[in-house]
Amino acid sequence: MIDRGYYGTFGGAFVPEILTATFDELEAEFRKLKADPGFWQEYCDLMGSYSCRPTPLTYAENLTRHFQGAKIYIKREDLNHTGAHKANNVMGQGLLVKRMGKTRVIAETGAGQHGVATATMAAKFGFDCTVYMGEVDVKRQRPNVFWMEQMGATVVPVTDGTRILKDAINEAFRDWVSHMDTTHYVLGTACGPHPFPEMVSYFQSIIGKEARKQILERESKLPTRVYACVGGGSNAMGIFSGFPDDQVECVGVEAAGHGLASGKHASRLCTDDASVGVAQGYKTYFLQDSDGQMKETHSIAAGLDYVGVSPILSQMHDQGTARFEAVTDAEVIEALKLTMGKEGIIPALESAHAFAQAFKEAPTMSKDDTIIINQSGRGDKDIFTIADALGDPSWKRFIMEKAGEYHA
Amino acid sequence: MLENYISERLKKKDILLMTHIVMGYPNFDDSMAIVEQMVEAGVDLMELQIPFSEPMADGPVILGANQKALDRGARVERCFEFAEEAAARFDIPFLFMTYYNILFKYGVEKFAARMARIGIKGAIVPDLPPEEGKDYLAAMEREGLAPIHIFSPTTTDRRMAFLSSQTRGFVYCMARKGVTGKETSFSSDLGDYLARCRKMTELPLAVGFGVKDRSDVEFLKGKADIAVVGSQTIRLVDEEGIMAAGRFIKKLM
Repeated sequence: MIDRGYYGTFGGAFVPEILTATFDELEAEFRKLKADPGFWQEYCDLMGSYSCRPTPLTYAENLTRHFQGAKIYIKREDLNHTGAHKANNVMGQGLLVKRMGKTRVIAETGAGQHGVATATMAAKFGFDCTVYMGEVDVKRQRPNVFWMEQMGATVVPVTDGTRILKDAINEAFRDWVSHMDTTHYVLGTACGPHPFPEMVSYFQSIIGKEARKQILERESKLPTRVYACVGGGSNAMGIFSGFPDDQVECVGVEAAGHGLASGKHASRLCTDDASVGVAQGYKTYFLQDSDGQMKETHSIAAGLDYVGVSPILSQMHDQGTARFEAVTDAEVIEALKLTMGKEGIIPALESAHAFAQAFKEAPTMSKDDTIIINQSGRGDKDIFTIADALGDPSWKRFIMEKAGEYHA
Repeated sequence: MLENYISERLKKKDILLMTHIVMGYPNFDDSMAIVEQMVEAGVDLMELQIPFSEPMADGPVILGANQKALDRGARVERCFEFAEEAAARFDIPFLFMTYYNILFKYGVEKFAARMARIGIKGAIVPDLPPEEGKDYLAAMEREGLAPIHIFSPTTTDRRMAFLSSQTRGFVYCMARKGVTGKETSFSSDLGDYLARCRKMTELPLAVGFGVKDRSDVEFLKGKADIAVVGSQTIRLVDEEGIMAAGRFIKKLM
């Protein structure tokens, strides 16, 4: 490897020997791609014709009026094909896989968005595709499993460990160490061994590049704050990278689950429950015990339910170049309801974390301030979880009737 | 010195046998009984795995053993106590096998010092390449312990030479790609690969991943110095109880 991808003391490449050659090749191919002057345009053209890019920057007029503070803009990553920013990373890595001449892709997925995006890419480019998904998440996100399978992917429910995202990542690595000759592992977030954090952030930087141009066109000035939810951190890296300026405050919002004091949360950068460790091939803040065993995490949003966080965000945390907050499941549901009611927009439960924090702060800001919320994904995929959280009686009746039809 | 022990032992035997247990699986008492049986059956070295919640390089059998040991409360402190007792009671070298986070959280220097104090001879840490392990390598050197690195079929000659230079005791050669506990074909390809390993290091060669019966061990004679049996003993203990471990080892030799 040319370098080992350190961000301060975070990152690195803690990979088993069997994968060393694979990582060397991956890094070399990624360097070539990044240095290729035509690549970024090729990537933008693909995203323009296949995934509705550039995604709009929507002025949330009603929410702005409601809070009577900062002017609120929403970056609409939900309008990507497959409904989330995950498409950016996946299509970028797909182009890389074509260059490497591999024929099979594997992926982990939490919420299922990354799995669906990978299955889509594999179908388009003609790759075989296997997606690893924790058994708990398979149950939470059944519709996404359906779509992955329809697009020809094999979905493998992971029954080890806590049966969520981190366990799916371990299982994908186990597949990779057996099949690296033909297979590329499309890691879904800005975590894992080098060069993944850099590579995923590079593809996701398309969000920040567009958002910067769009806000300058609309407001002729930079935003005061930019909000993004943080699971692994790829959508946050994507939008934050467009605003490296001192005068823009980047705010990453983690999942406080049932509350930080409850221990049932997925916040690594806002609590003392997390500490620096090395797992899944990289060094960062992990939710772990004093022996170094990973803890169970909790979030209403499957995509934020993860023990680690991007090493790049850990460095930003320690350097103070970004601020990190956490919001509870209950606050997220309130923010989601308000956004649907005021703007007719349905954020994913993950993205609704960013909305919830922005809503806490917007009223305290002045009318001259502008903020951007990154809506990383759309919420209609979460219909089962959201309907349960809202306790919607007519939805329950519908499900029972539907189930009755299958029994008949 | 581990190397001296291995070369002395090889004067009496064609090939040595190293086995592996996950400490605390099925429980600590049974783990000790399994060690006792293995030593009595003639095992030459043993790996004691400290369980970790994310054992990336391990297949379903050892992964399951890690998880169950943790579910039953296997703490790192208890593993040290166990290892200390094993090293005091039995006259063969014991090595730790675990993942880097266990050392990192304990403190790498403290970890190595404690290993030396309780008589553990070396460690295998599959997710710690030497490039990331400078503190670890320095601490192991200072304590006179053997850091064991791994060769794989995809490792280049140049890298084998580098890994060898960072290794003491012996080199662990993965017989194939993949994770522990899956089928391995003991073929001429494996023979060619082991010949390449032999050329690239002066250190003794241990071969693991998929070694499960007498014919596999026979195949390795003359090509390697140590046969490593891991998942298969756990599988047998699961199916037939702890007494199966000793019987199985006797049949291998």
